[in-house]
Amino acid sequence: MAAPGGKPVPTPTRETQPYWSGCKKHELHIQRCAACDHFQFYPRLYCTSCMSDRVEWVKATGRGTVLSFTVVYRPVTQAFAADVPYVVALITLAEGPQMMSNIVGCVPEKVHIGMPVEVTFEDWTEDISVPKFKPVT
Amino acid sequence: MDSLRGKVAIVGAADTEVGVVPHLSAVQLYVKAAKLALEDAGITKDQVDGLITCNSFVEPYLYHAEMIAEYMQIFPRYCLNVATGGGTTLAIMHHAASAIATGICHTVLITMADNMLSGLSRDKAIEVMSTAGHAQFERPYGPPIPGFYALLAQAHMHAYGTTSEQLAAVAVACRKHAALNPAAQMRQPITVDDVINSKMIAHPLHLLDCSLVSDGGAAVVMTAAERAKDFKPRPVYMLGVGEGHSHEHISQAQSLTTSAAKEAGERAYAMAGLGPKDIDVAELYDCFTPVVVIELEDLGFCPKGEGGRFVEGGRIELGGELPVNTHGGLMSHCHPGHPGSLFSITEAVHQLRGECGPRQVKGAEIALVHGQGGIMSTHCAMILGKERG
Repeated sequence: MAAPGGKPVPTPTRETQPYWSGCKKHELHIQRCAACDHFQFYPRLYCTSCMSDRVEWVKATGRGTVLSFTVVYRPVTQAFAADVPYVVALITLAEGPQMMSNIVGCVPEKVHIGMPVEVTFEDWTEDISVPKFKPVT
Repeated sequence: MDSLRGKVAIVGAADTEVGVVPHLSAVQLYVKAAKLALEDAGITKDQVDGLITCNSFVEPYLYHAEMIAEYMQIFPRYCLNVATGGGTTLAIMHHAASAIATGICHTVLITMADNMLSGLSRDKAIEVMSTAGHAQFERPYGPPIPGFYALLAQAHMHAYGTTSEQLAAVAVACRKHAALNPAAQMRQPITVDDVINSKMIAHPLHLLDCSLVSDGGAAVVMTAAERAKDFKPRPVYMLGVGEGHSHEHISQAQSLTTSAAKEAGERAYAMAGLGPKDIDVAELYDCFTPVVVIELEDLGFCPKGEGGRFVEGGRIELGGELPVNTHGGLMSHCHPGHPGSLFSITEAVHQLRGECGPRQVKGAEIALVHGQGGIMSTHCAMILGKERG
């Protein structure tokens, strides 16, 4: 288990709990609208496309591509100092929504826009596993 | 309601000392900026019937504007605290103009300040600002503020071939202007190589692609255009103003390379009946170098994707086609947080009054000021003119 070491451990809310429960099982869950088939992330009460309240949780493929990225050399706080240089990226999921994550499992020099990636999980606490992405092998 | 075009004037504008100002607290900086702006306007505090502030990171109050009013013993009929990050200044002025035009109040004092450097320390300031990220979906990944903007830079480079040298040209121009401004925090000229060779912070952004952490305050006085003659200085008129708001968190942005500066600019130009070709001087939000490149495109000064080439060859320097950030900007003049773009306003006012000495843009009649807050989230563009239009 990767010790968080002072990193900001997410606190699930009533709205985000299903997402974090999925992560705990090492599954990436996002919302799909039963009325219009729109996928969305982060979780919301209504569909951002049609405002329907028929948003349902579905397991995502966990695959995506790198929309953009940066290699961080000056850590945001000392909690991230040991990770330098680390890659912060925006990922476009295969289902459409985008999310922020880290790219792990390769040297930063290998990361590029458009790179296919897949989800992997870091267990931070008993309840919180954080989704990260690694190159598709 | 009719357009706000030419209805409101800026009749007072002043900055405190900026940079490292350890002898003044955050509240004192607000109040000193206010006093200097009132003196510039040639009025007493009793003539102020509207007061707007932004909150302070260092010394926040639940009702900040009321706190400043209380401290100064001003008793306004309109009192408001606004927070849209770096776009706060211009959004505040939009609110103020609306309040004046609708008769809610007559004379609005806007004062903004903070002492991010002396009140927090540079490291603490950077840490405090990093809380901008979403607590569950961004902050666990450790993005520093420059990292958020690096995502935009990388996307722009990938899409349009923008280079690090082109981004550096923005920092070089700002520093060149700051060298002519005795008030600026950083005045030693720099070169493109200096920027490229400075420490990498969040690839592709180097230390010198990032703005400063500063102390400082600025304030303006606004009133109805027809009352402007009752004030001391030559008035500067608000000809156009427009906002655009696209997201809070960068991970939710619909585009990384086009921002809501586009809508803000279009709305401001439409109100003013002017276009990019009419602008003599531009004061653009420059928290990081790629922001200026994207703003130049979104505000119509060059086509999308051409921003990198546009900033090369001295085009945005004094004497160039479009002088940008003539005071030195957030890059080299100062950046105390929320108030950042108010220094762009005070500079634009002084440019249009012809008071800028060696950094004066000759014959400047129309200025465009743009502010953005969050991570390219909230935008406001304002067009100011020497004549009522």
